Amino acid sequence: MKLAEKMFAIDRRWVYLALGLAVLISLKIPFSIPIPISKEARNIYNFIDTLKAGDAVHLAIDYDPSTLAELHPMTLSILKQCFEKKIKVVVTALHQNGPAMAAAALDTAVARHAARSGEQMKNGVDYVFLGYKPYPALIILGMGQNYRIPFPTDYYGVPVDSLPMMKHIQNYDDVKAILNVSGTSATDYWISYGNGRYKVPLAIGVTGVMATDYYPYWQTGQIFGILGGLKGAAEYETLVGTPGKAVQGMKVQMVAHLIIIVFIIIGNIGYFAQRKKREQSV
Amino acid sequence: MKRQLPLIIIFVCGIFMVFQYFIPHENSEFIYEFAALDWPPIIGVFALTLGIISLVRVSATKISKRDEDWQYSIVTLLGLAAMIIAGLPWFGGQTSPAVKWQFDFIMRPIIATIFSLLSFFIASAAYRAFRARSVLASILLISAVIVMIRFMPLGPFTDIVSRTADWVLNVPNLAAKRAIIIGVGLGIISTALKVVLGVERSYLGRD
Repeated sequence: MKLAEKMFAIDRRWVYLALGLAVLISLKIPFSIPIPISKEARNIYNFIDTLKAGDAVHLAIDYDPSTLAELHPMTLSILKQCFEKKIKVVVTALHQNGPAMAAAALDTAVARHAARSGEQMKNGVDYVFLGYKPYPALIILGMGQNYRIPFPTDYYGVPVDSLPMMKHIQNYDDVKAILNVSGTSATDYWISYGNGRYKVPLAIGVTGVMATDYYPYWQTGQIFGILGGLKGAAEYETLVGTPGKAVQGMKVQMVAHLIIIVFIIIGNIGYFAQRKKREQSV
Repeated sequence: MKRQLPLIIIFVCGIFMVFQYFIPHENSEFIYEFAALDWPPIIGVFALTLGIISLVRVSATKISKRDEDWQYSIVTLLGLAAMIIAGLPWFGGQTSPAVKWQFDFIMRPIIATIFSLLSFFIASAAYRAFRARSVLASILLISAVIVMIRFMPLGPFTDIVSRTADWVLNVPNLAAKRAIIIGVGLGIISTALKVVLGVERSYLGRD
Protein backbone atom coordinates (compact mmCIF):
# COMPACT_ATOMS: atom_id res chain seq x y z
CA MET A 1 0.00 0.00 0.00
CA LYS A 2 1.37 3.38 -0.99
CA LEU A 3 1.76 6.26 1.46
CA ALA A 4 -1.17 8.24 0.00
CA GLU A 5 -3.49 5.28 0.37
CA LYS A 6 -2.29 4.74 3.94
CA MET A 7 -2.94 8.39 4.73
CA PHE A 8 -6.41 8.15 3.20
CA ALA A 9 -7.50 5.12 5.20
CA ILE A 10 -5.75 5.00 8.57
CA ASP A 11 -7.18 2.28 10.78
CA ARG A 12 -9.38 3.88 13.43
CA ARG A 13 -7.46 2.09 16.17
CA TRP A 14 -4.41 4.26 15.38
CA VAL A 15 -6.59 7.35 15.80
CA TYR A 16 -7.81 6.04 19.17
CA LEU A 17 -4.26 5.25 20.28
CA ALA A 18 -2.90 8.64 19.24
CA LEU A 19 -5.72 10.48 21.00
CA GLY A 20 -5.41 8.37 24.15
CA LEU A 21 -1.66 8.93 24.35
CA ALA A 22 -2.04 12.64 23.68
CA VAL A 23 -4.56 12.97 26.53
CA LEU A 24 -2.43 10.98 28.97
CA ILE A 25 0.82 12.76 28.13
CA SER A 26 -0.72 16.24 28.23
CA LEU A 27 -2.16 15.45 31.65
CA LYS A 28 1.27 14.52 32.97
CA ILE A 29 3.34 17.32 31.40
CA PRO A 30 3.05 20.55 33.39
CA PHE A 31 2.28 23.47 31.08
CA SER A 32 -0.44 26.08 30.92
CA ILE A 33 -2.39 27.88 28.24
CA PRO A 34 -3.89 31.36 28.46
CA ILE A 35 -7.60 31.49 29.40
CA PRO A 36 -9.08 34.66 27.88
CA ILE A 37 -12.26 35.69 29.68
CA SER A 38 -15.34 36.12 27.51
CA LYS A 39 -17.97 38.80 28.06
CA GLU A 40 -20.58 36.08 28.62
CA ALA A 41 -18.64 34.63 31.58
CA ARG A 42 -17.62 38.01 33.00
CA ASN A 43 -21.26 39.13 33.03
CA ILE A 44 -22.20 36.29 35.37
CA TYR A 45 -19.21 36.93 37.62
CA ASN A 46 -19.93 40.68 37.77
CA PHE A 47 -23.61 40.07 38.47
CA ILE A 48 -22.88 37.89 41.51
CA ASP A 49 -20.05 40.17 42.57
CA THR A 50 -22.37 43.18 42.80
CA LEU A 51 -24.93 41.39 45.00
CA LYS A 52 -25.07 42.27 48.68
CA ALA A 53 -24.49 39.82 51.54
CA GLY A 54 -27.81 38.16 52.36
CA ASP A 55 -29.15 38.33 48.80
CA ALA A 56 -30.27 35.00 47.35
CA VAL A 57 -29.73 33.28 44.02
CA HIS A 58 -31.24 30.07 42.69
CA LEU A 59 -28.71 27.50 41.45
CA ALA A 60 -30.41 24.88 39.27
CA ILE A 61 -28.15 21.84 38.90
CA ASP A 62 -29.56 19.81 36.01
CA TYR A 63 -26.84 17.44 34.87
CA ASP A 64 -25.57 13.92 35.41
CA PRO A 65 -22.10 12.32 35.46
CA SER A 66 -21.91 12.23 31.63
CA THR A 67 -21.27 15.97 31.60
CA LEU A 68 -19.48 16.10 34.94
CA ALA A 69 -16.10 17.16 33.52
CA GLU A 70 -17.52 20.29 31.93
CA LEU A 71 -20.25 21.30 34.35
CA HIS A 72 -19.12 20.33 37.84
CA PRO A 73 -16.26 22.89 37.91
CA MET A 74 -18.80 25.60 36.96
CA THR A 75 -21.05 24.64 39.88
CA LEU A 76 -18.15 24.56 42.33
CA SER A 77 -16.84 27.95 41.16
CA ILE A 78 -20.28 29.58 41.39
CA LEU A 79 -20.81 28.14 44.88
CA LYS A 80 -17.36 29.36 45.93
CA GLN A 81 -18.15 32.90 44.81
CA CYS A 82 -21.57 32.85 46.50
CA PHE A 83 -20.24 31.48 49.79
CA GLU A 84 -17.41 34.03 49.86
CA LYS A 85 -19.86 36.88 49.19
CA LYS A 86 -22.31 35.51 51.82
CA ILE A 87 -24.96 35.11 49.15
CA LYS A 88 -27.64 32.58 50.00
CA VAL A 89 -28.17 29.79 47.50
CA VAL A 90 -31.37 27.88 46.75
CA VAL A 91 -30.38 24.66 44.98
CA THR A 92 -32.70 22.42 42.94
CA ALA A 93 -32.20 19.47 40.58
CA LEU A 94 -34.63 18.77 37.76
CA HIS A 95 -32.71 15.84 36.27
CA GLN A 96 -33.12 12.39 37.81
CA ASN A 97 -29.38 12.07 38.43
CA GLY A 98 -29.07 15.70 39.46
CA PRO A 99 -29.67 15.32 43.23
CA ALA A 100 -26.55 13.23 43.74
CA MET A 101 -24.51 15.70 41.68
CA ALA A 102 -25.92 18.65 43.60
CA ALA A 103 -25.36 16.98 46.99
CA ALA A 104 -21.77 16.14 46.01
CA ALA A 105 -21.12 19.69 44.76
CA LEU A 106 -22.52 21.21 47.96
CA ASP A 107 -20.47 18.87 50.17
CA THR A 108 -17.30 19.75 48.24
CA ALA A 109 -17.98 23.49 48.18
CA VAL A 110 -18.83 23.58 51.91
CA ALA A 111 -15.69 21.59 52.80
CA ARG A 112 -13.46 23.78 50.60
CA HIS A 113 -14.95 26.97 52.04
CA ALA A 114 -14.38 25.68 55.58
CA ALA A 115 -10.77 24.80 54.72
CA ARG A 116 -10.16 28.25 53.20
CA SER A 117 -11.91 30.49 55.66
CA GLY A 118 -12.59 28.32 58.70
CA GLU A 119 -16.27 29.18 58.35
CA GLN A 120 -18.83 26.34 58.20
CA MET A 121 -21.70 27.04 55.79
CA LYS A 122 -24.95 25.63 57.17
CA ASN A 123 -27.77 23.88 55.32
CA GLY A 124 -30.98 25.83 55.81
CA VAL A 125 -29.13 28.99 56.81
CA ASP A 126 -26.56 29.72 54.10
CA TYR A 127 -27.94 27.39 51.44
CA VAL A 128 -30.94 25.17 50.88
CA PHE A 129 -31.08 22.04 48.76
CA LEU A 130 -34.68 21.40 47.76
CA GLY A 131 -33.97 18.18 45.87
CA TYR A 132 -35.47 16.65 42.74
CA LYS A 133 -38.93 16.57 41.24
CA PRO A 134 -39.83 15.23 37.78
CA TYR A 135 -41.49 17.23 34.96
CA PRO A 136 -39.21 20.31 34.84
CA ALA A 137 -41.65 22.63 33.05
CA LEU A 138 -44.34 22.11 35.69
CA ILE A 139 -41.89 22.41 38.56
CA ILE A 140 -40.39 25.65 37.19
CA LEU A 141 -43.88 27.13 36.84
CA GLY A 142 -44.79 25.88 40.32
CA MET A 143 -41.70 27.42 41.94
CA GLY A 144 -42.57 30.70 40.25
CA GLN A 145 -45.71 30.74 42.38
CA ASN A 146 -44.15 29.38 45.54
CA TYR A 147 -41.18 27.12 46.19
CA ARG A 148 -43.33 25.25 48.68
CA ILE A 149 -45.78 24.00 46.05
CA PRO A 150 -43.40 21.53 44.38
CA PHE A 151 -41.02 21.32 47.36
CA PRO A 152 -42.89 21.24 50.71
CA THR A 153 -39.76 19.62 52.20
CA ASP A 154 -36.11 19.88 51.27
CA TYR A 155 -33.91 17.04 49.96
CA TYR A 156 -33.33 15.78 53.51
CA GLY A 157 -37.03 15.71 54.36
CA VAL A 158 -37.03 18.88 56.49
CA PRO A 159 -40.14 21.09 56.01
CA VAL A 160 -39.15 24.14 53.95
CA ASP A 161 -41.09 26.45 56.27
CA SER A 162 -38.84 25.43 59.15
CA LEU A 163 -35.65 26.47 57.33
CA PRO A 164 -34.50 29.94 58.51
CA MET A 165 -33.22 30.91 55.06
CA MET A 166 -36.56 30.22 53.38
CA LYS A 167 -38.57 32.50 55.68
CA HIS A 168 -38.08 35.42 53.31
CA ILE A 169 -38.03 33.41 50.10
CA GLN A 170 -41.41 32.60 48.61
CA ASN A 171 -40.81 32.50 44.86
CA TYR A 172 -38.60 33.92 42.07
CA ASP A 173 -39.38 37.48 43.22
CA ASP A 174 -37.16 36.80 46.23
CA VAL A 175 -34.09 35.58 44.35
CA LYS A 176 -31.86 37.91 42.36
CA ALA A 177 -31.21 35.46 39.53
CA ILE A 178 -31.41 31.87 38.41
CA LEU A 179 -28.12 30.25 37.46
CA ASN A 180 -28.84 27.07 35.53
CA VAL A 181 -25.96 24.61 35.11
CA SER A 182 -27.33 22.02 32.75
CA GLY A 183 -26.52 19.20 30.39
CA THR A 184 -30.17 18.65 29.51
CA SER A 185 -33.14 20.34 27.88
CA ALA A 186 -34.09 21.77 31.29
CA THR A 187 -32.34 24.94 30.11
CA ASP A 188 -35.05 25.41 27.46
CA TYR A 189 -37.70 25.25 30.18
CA TRP A 190 -35.82 27.75 32.34
CA ILE A 191 -35.69 30.16 29.39
CA SER A 192 -39.33 29.63 28.35
CA TYR A 193 -40.92 29.56 31.80
CA GLY A 194 -38.42 30.94 34.34
CA ASN A 195 -37.36 33.95 32.29
CA GLY A 196 -40.23 34.04 29.76
CA ARG A 197 -43.08 34.00 32.22
CA TYR A 198 -41.60 35.25 35.49
CA LYS A 199 -38.98 37.60 33.98
CA VAL A 200 -36.36 36.44 36.47
CA PRO A 201 -32.78 37.17 35.29
CA LEU A 202 -31.28 33.94 34.00
CA ALA A 203 -27.73 32.83 33.26
CA ILE A 204 -26.73 29.40 32.05
CA GLY A 205 -23.76 27.04 32.15
CA VAL A 206 -24.05 24.36 29.51
CA THR A 207 -21.88 21.82 27.69
CA GLY A 208 -19.74 22.90 24.76
CA VAL A 209 -22.02 21.07 22.33
CA MET A 210 -25.09 22.86 23.69
CA ALA A 211 -23.59 26.34 23.97
CA THR A 212 -24.16 27.42 20.37
CA ASP A 213 -27.87 26.61 20.73
CA TYR A 214 -28.26 29.30 23.38
CA TYR A 215 -26.36 32.20 21.83
CA PRO A 216 -29.55 33.54 20.17
CA TYR A 217 -31.01 33.97 23.69
CA TRP A 218 -27.84 35.74 24.80
CA GLN A 219 -28.09 38.15 21.86
CA THR A 220 -31.72 38.95 22.66
CA GLY A 221 -30.93 39.50 26.35
CA GLN A 222 -33.12 36.65 27.60
CA ILE A 223 -30.06 35.28 29.38
CA PHE A 224 -27.44 37.60 30.82
CA GLY A 225 -24.51 35.18 30.66
CA ILE A 226 -23.32 31.86 29.25
CA LEU A 227 -20.63 29.51 30.44
CA GLY A 228 -20.00 27.25 27.45
CA GLY A 229 -18.37 23.88 28.04
CA LEU A 230 -14.94 23.33 29.52
CA LYS A 231 -13.85 26.75 28.27
CA GLY A 232 -16.63 28.45 30.22
CA ALA A 233 -15.79 26.42 33.31
CA ALA A 234 -12.09 27.33 32.99
CA GLU A 235 -13.01 31.00 32.57
CA TYR A 236 -15.07 30.95 35.75
CA GLU A 237 -12.39 29.10 37.70
CA THR A 238 -9.97 31.82 36.59
CA LEU A 239 -12.42 34.57 37.53
CA VAL A 240 -12.98 33.24 41.06
CA GLY A 241 -9.23 32.76 41.48
CA THR A 242 -9.05 29.00 41.91
CA PRO A 243 -7.81 27.36 38.71
CA GLY A 244 -8.81 23.71 39.00
CA LYS A 245 -9.84 20.77 36.90
CA ALA A 246 -11.38 22.84 34.11
CA VAL A 247 -8.23 24.93 33.61
CA GLN A 248 -6.18 21.73 33.64
CA GLY A 249 -8.66 20.13 31.24
CA MET A 250 -8.29 22.99 28.76
CA LYS A 251 -4.72 22.02 27.93
CA VAL A 252 -5.80 18.39 27.43
CA GLN A 253 -8.64 19.55 25.19
CA MET A 254 -6.26 21.75 23.22
CA VAL A 255 -3.85 18.86 22.60
CA ALA A 256 -6.75 16.56 21.67
CA HIS A 257 -8.00 19.16 19.15
CA LEU A 258 -4.49 19.42 17.77
CA ILE A 259 -4.34 15.65 17.23
CA ILE A 260 -7.72 15.71 15.49
CA ILE A 261 -6.55 18.55 13.21
CA VAL A 262 -3.38 16.61 12.35
CA PHE A 263 -5.49 13.59 11.38
CA ILE A 264 -7.82 15.79 9.31
CA ILE A 265 -4.82 17.21 7.45
CA ILE A 266 -3.36 13.73 6.89
CA GLY A 267 -6.73 12.50 5.61
CA ASN A 268 -7.02 15.40 3.17
CA ILE A 269 -3.47 14.96 1.85
CA GLY A 270 -4.30 11.31 1.20
CA TYR A 271 -7.60 12.28 -0.42
CA PHE A 272 -6.04 14.79 -2.82
CA ALA A 273 -3.17 12.44 -3.70
CA GLN A 274 -5.63 9.70 -4.56
CA ARG A 275 -7.84 12.07 -6.56
CA LYS A 276 -4.85 13.27 -8.56
CA LYS A 277 -3.86 9.69 -9.25
CA ARG A 278 -7.38 8.83 -10.41
CA GLU A 279 -7.48 11.87 -12.74
CA GLN A 280 -4.10 10.93 -14.24
CA SER A 281 -5.21 7.35 -14.88
CA VAL A 282 -8.41 8.58 -16.60
CA MET B 1 -67.22 7.67 22.60
CA LYS B 2 -64.01 5.65 22.52
CA ARG B 3 -62.45 8.29 20.28
CA GLN B 4 -64.42 11.31 21.47
CA LEU B 5 -63.48 11.05 25.17
CA PRO B 6 -59.71 11.32 24.60
CA LEU B 7 -60.30 14.25 22.22
CA ILE B 8 -62.40 16.06 24.84
CA ILE B 9 -59.76 15.46 27.55
CA ILE B 10 -56.99 16.75 25.27
CA PHE B 11 -59.05 19.81 24.29
CA VAL B 12 -59.95 20.74 27.87
CA CYS B 13 -56.41 20.20 29.21
CA GLY B 14 -54.79 22.03 26.28
CA ILE B 15 -57.07 25.07 26.49
CA PHE B 16 -56.69 25.17 30.29
CA MET B 17 -52.88 25.20 30.09
CA VAL B 18 -52.90 27.97 27.45
CA PHE B 19 -55.25 30.20 29.45
CA GLN B 20 -53.53 29.43 32.75
CA TYR B 21 -50.20 30.54 31.36
CA PHE B 22 -51.53 34.01 30.56
CA ILE B 23 -53.70 34.53 33.68
CA PRO B 24 -51.56 35.30 36.75
CA HIS B 25 -54.60 35.37 39.08
CA GLU B 26 -54.51 33.39 42.33
CA ASN B 27 -57.58 31.34 41.36
CA SER B 28 -55.86 30.37 38.15
CA GLU B 29 -52.78 29.46 40.17
CA PHE B 30 -54.84 27.38 42.59
CA ILE B 31 -56.46 25.40 39.79
CA TYR B 32 -53.06 24.97 38.15
CA GLU B 33 -51.56 23.74 41.42
CA PHE B 34 -54.40 21.24 41.82
CA ALA B 35 -54.73 20.10 38.23
CA ALA B 36 -51.29 20.34 36.69
CA LEU B 37 -48.81 19.76 39.48
CA ASP B 38 -50.39 16.68 41.04
CA TRP B 39 -51.64 14.72 38.07
CA PRO B 40 -48.49 14.25 35.93
CA PRO B 41 -46.47 12.70 38.80
CA ILE B 42 -49.39 10.33 39.50
CA ILE B 43 -49.49 9.29 35.85
CA GLY B 44 -45.68 9.07 35.93
CA VAL B 45 -45.74 6.65 38.88
CA PHE B 46 -48.03 4.31 36.93
CA ALA B 47 -45.83 4.62 33.84
CA LEU B 48 -42.77 3.85 35.96
CA THR B 49 -44.47 0.80 37.45
CA LEU B 50 -45.37 -0.47 33.98
CA GLY B 51 -41.78 0.11 32.87
CA ILE B 52 -40.36 -1.84 35.81
CA ILE B 53 -42.81 -4.74 35.28
CA SER B 54 -41.91 -4.81 31.59
CA LEU B 55 -38.17 -4.78 32.32
CA VAL B 56 -38.49 -7.60 34.88
CA ARG B 57 -40.60 -9.71 32.51
CA VAL B 58 -38.27 -9.26 29.55
CA SER B 59 -35.17 -9.97 31.68
CA ALA B 60 -36.75 -12.97 33.42
CA THR B 61 -37.83 -14.48 30.09
CA LYS B 62 -34.34 -13.98 28.70
CA ILE B 63 -32.78 -15.71 31.73
CA SER B 64 -35.23 -18.63 31.72
CA LYS B 65 -34.73 -19.26 27.99
CA ARG B 66 -30.95 -18.80 28.24
CA ASP B 67 -31.06 -16.33 25.32
CA GLU B 68 -27.87 -14.73 24.02
CA ASP B 69 -26.09 -12.67 26.74
CA TRP B 70 -28.65 -13.75 29.33
CA GLN B 71 -26.09 -13.16 32.07
CA TYR B 72 -26.42 -9.40 31.58
CA SER B 73 -30.11 -9.64 32.44
CA ILE B 74 -29.14 -10.99 35.87
CA VAL B 75 -26.95 -7.90 36.38
CA THR B 76 -29.86 -5.70 35.26
CA LEU B 77 -32.25 -7.27 37.75
CA LEU B 78 -29.71 -7.22 40.57
CA GLY B 79 -28.95 -3.54 39.89
CA LEU B 80 -32.65 -2.70 39.82
CA ALA B 81 -33.29 -4.54 43.08
CA ALA B 82 -30.21 -3.10 44.81
CA MET B 83 -31.12 0.51 44.02
CA ILE B 84 -34.79 0.08 44.97
CA ILE B 85 -33.98 -1.67 48.26
CA ALA B 86 -31.29 0.88 49.16
CA GLY B 87 -33.75 3.71 48.56
CA LEU B 88 -36.53 2.31 50.76
CA PRO B 89 -37.50 4.54 53.70
CA TRP B 90 -36.28 1.94 56.26
CA PHE B 91 -32.76 2.30 54.86
CA GLY B 92 -32.77 6.11 54.83
CA GLY B 93 -34.57 6.83 51.54
CA GLN B 94 -32.91 8.79 48.75
CA THR B 95 -30.22 10.18 51.07
CA SER B 96 -29.18 6.80 52.48
CA PRO B 97 -25.45 5.93 52.43
CA ALA B 98 -26.24 2.85 50.30
CA VAL B 99 -27.84 4.96 47.54
CA LYS B 100 -24.96 7.43 47.71
CA TRP B 101 -22.40 4.62 47.55
CA GLN B 102 -24.07 3.04 44.51
CA PHE B 103 -24.27 6.39 42.75
CA ASP B 104 -20.73 7.51 43.58
CA PHE B 105 -18.93 4.23 42.92
CA ILE B 106 -21.04 2.49 40.27
CA MET B 107 -23.29 4.84 38.32
CA ARG B 108 -21.01 7.87 38.27
CA PRO B 109 -17.90 6.10 36.88
CA ILE B 110 -19.97 4.08 34.39
CA ILE B 111 -21.87 7.06 32.97
CA ALA B 112 -18.75 9.28 32.88
CA THR B 113 -16.68 6.54 31.19
CA ILE B 114 -19.26 5.79 28.51
CA PHE B 115 -19.58 9.48 27.68
CA SER B 116 -15.80 9.94 27.64
CA LEU B 117 -15.49 7.22 25.00
CA LEU B 118 -17.33 9.56 22.63
CA SER B 119 -14.17 11.62 22.16
CA PHE B 120 -12.49 8.67 20.44
CA PHE B 121 -15.41 8.16 18.08
CA ILE B 122 -15.59 11.89 17.37
CA ALA B 123 -11.86 11.96 16.54
CA SER B 124 -12.25 9.01 14.17
CA ALA B 125 -15.40 10.50 12.61
CA ALA B 126 -13.70 13.89 12.13
CA TYR B 127 -10.78 12.20 10.34
CA ARG B 128 -13.16 10.45 7.93
CA ALA B 129 -15.80 13.16 7.47
CA PHE B 130 -13.79 16.38 7.15
CA ARG B 131 -12.58 15.92 3.57
CA ALA B 132 -12.48 18.85 1.12
CA ARG B 133 -14.63 17.04 -1.47
CA SER B 134 -16.61 20.14 -2.50
CA VAL B 135 -16.84 23.87 -1.82
CA LEU B 136 -19.41 23.39 0.96
CA ALA B 137 -17.40 20.56 2.54
CA SER B 138 -14.30 22.79 2.41
CA ILE B 139 -16.15 25.65 4.17
CA LEU B 140 -17.27 23.20 6.87
CA LEU B 141 -13.74 21.87 7.22
CA ILE B 142 -12.14 25.32 7.49
CA SER B 143 -14.77 26.52 9.98
CA ALA B 144 -14.27 23.43 12.16
CA VAL B 145 -10.50 23.87 12.20
CA ILE B 146 -10.75 27.59 13.04
CA VAL B 147 -13.15 26.91 15.92
CA MET B 148 -10.93 24.08 17.22
CA ILE B 149 -7.70 26.09 17.17
CA ARG B 150 -9.18 29.17 18.81
CA PHE B 151 -7.91 28.15 22.26
CA MET B 152 -4.37 27.50 21.11
CA PRO B 153 -1.56 29.97 21.72
CA LEU B 154 -0.56 30.77 18.13
CA GLY B 155 1.71 33.74 18.75
CA PRO B 156 0.86 36.69 16.46
CA PHE B 157 -2.08 34.75 14.94
CA THR B 158 -3.87 34.14 18.25
CA ASP B 159 -5.97 37.29 18.11
CA ILE B 160 -7.06 36.99 14.48
CA VAL B 161 -7.92 33.29 14.87
CA SER B 162 -9.90 34.05 18.02
CA ARG B 163 -11.80 36.87 16.31
CA THR B 164 -12.50 34.75 13.22
CA ALA B 165 -13.78 31.90 15.42
CA ASP B 166 -16.03 34.34 17.28
CA TRP B 167 -17.36 35.60 13.93
CA VAL B 168 -18.09 32.03 12.78
CA LEU B 169 -19.96 31.32 16.03
CA ASN B 170 -21.77 34.64 16.33
CA VAL B 171 -22.77 35.36 12.74
CA PRO B 172 -23.36 32.38 10.41
CA ASN B 173 -23.85 29.89 13.26
CA LEU B 174 -26.22 32.18 15.10
CA ALA B 175 -28.24 32.98 11.99
CA ALA B 176 -28.74 29.26 11.31
CA LYS B 177 -29.58 28.51 14.95
CA ARG B 178 -32.07 31.35 15.13
CA ALA B 179 -33.78 30.17 11.96
CA ILE B 180 -33.99 26.63 13.35
CA ILE B 181 -35.34 27.83 16.73
CA ILE B 182 -38.02 30.00 15.10
CA GLY B 183 -38.93 27.21 12.69
CA VAL B 184 -39.16 24.64 15.47
CA GLY B 185 -41.20 27.05 17.60
CA LEU B 186 -43.72 27.64 14.83
CA GLY B 187 -43.85 23.89 14.18
CA ILE B 188 -44.56 23.18 17.87
CA ILE B 189 -47.33 25.80 17.96
CA SER B 190 -49.03 24.45 14.84
CA THR B 191 -48.71 20.81 15.96
CA ALA B 192 -50.00 21.66 19.46
CA LEU B 193 -52.98 23.53 17.98
CA LYS B 194 -53.75 20.60 15.66
CA VAL B 195 -53.65 18.16 18.58
CA VAL B 196 -55.71 20.37 20.94
CA LEU B 197 -58.34 21.11 18.29
CA GLY B 198 -58.57 17.46 17.26
CA VAL B 199 -57.24 17.91 13.73
CA GLU B 200 -54.24 15.67 14.38
CA ARG B 201 -55.52 12.31 15.69
CA SER B 202 -52.81 9.84 14.73
CA TYR B 203 -51.77 9.50 18.40
CA LEU B 204 -55.13 7.80 19.06
CA GLY B 205 -54.17 4.81 16.91
CA ARG B 206 -56.32 3.09 14.32
CA ASP B 207 -58.96 1.35 16.49
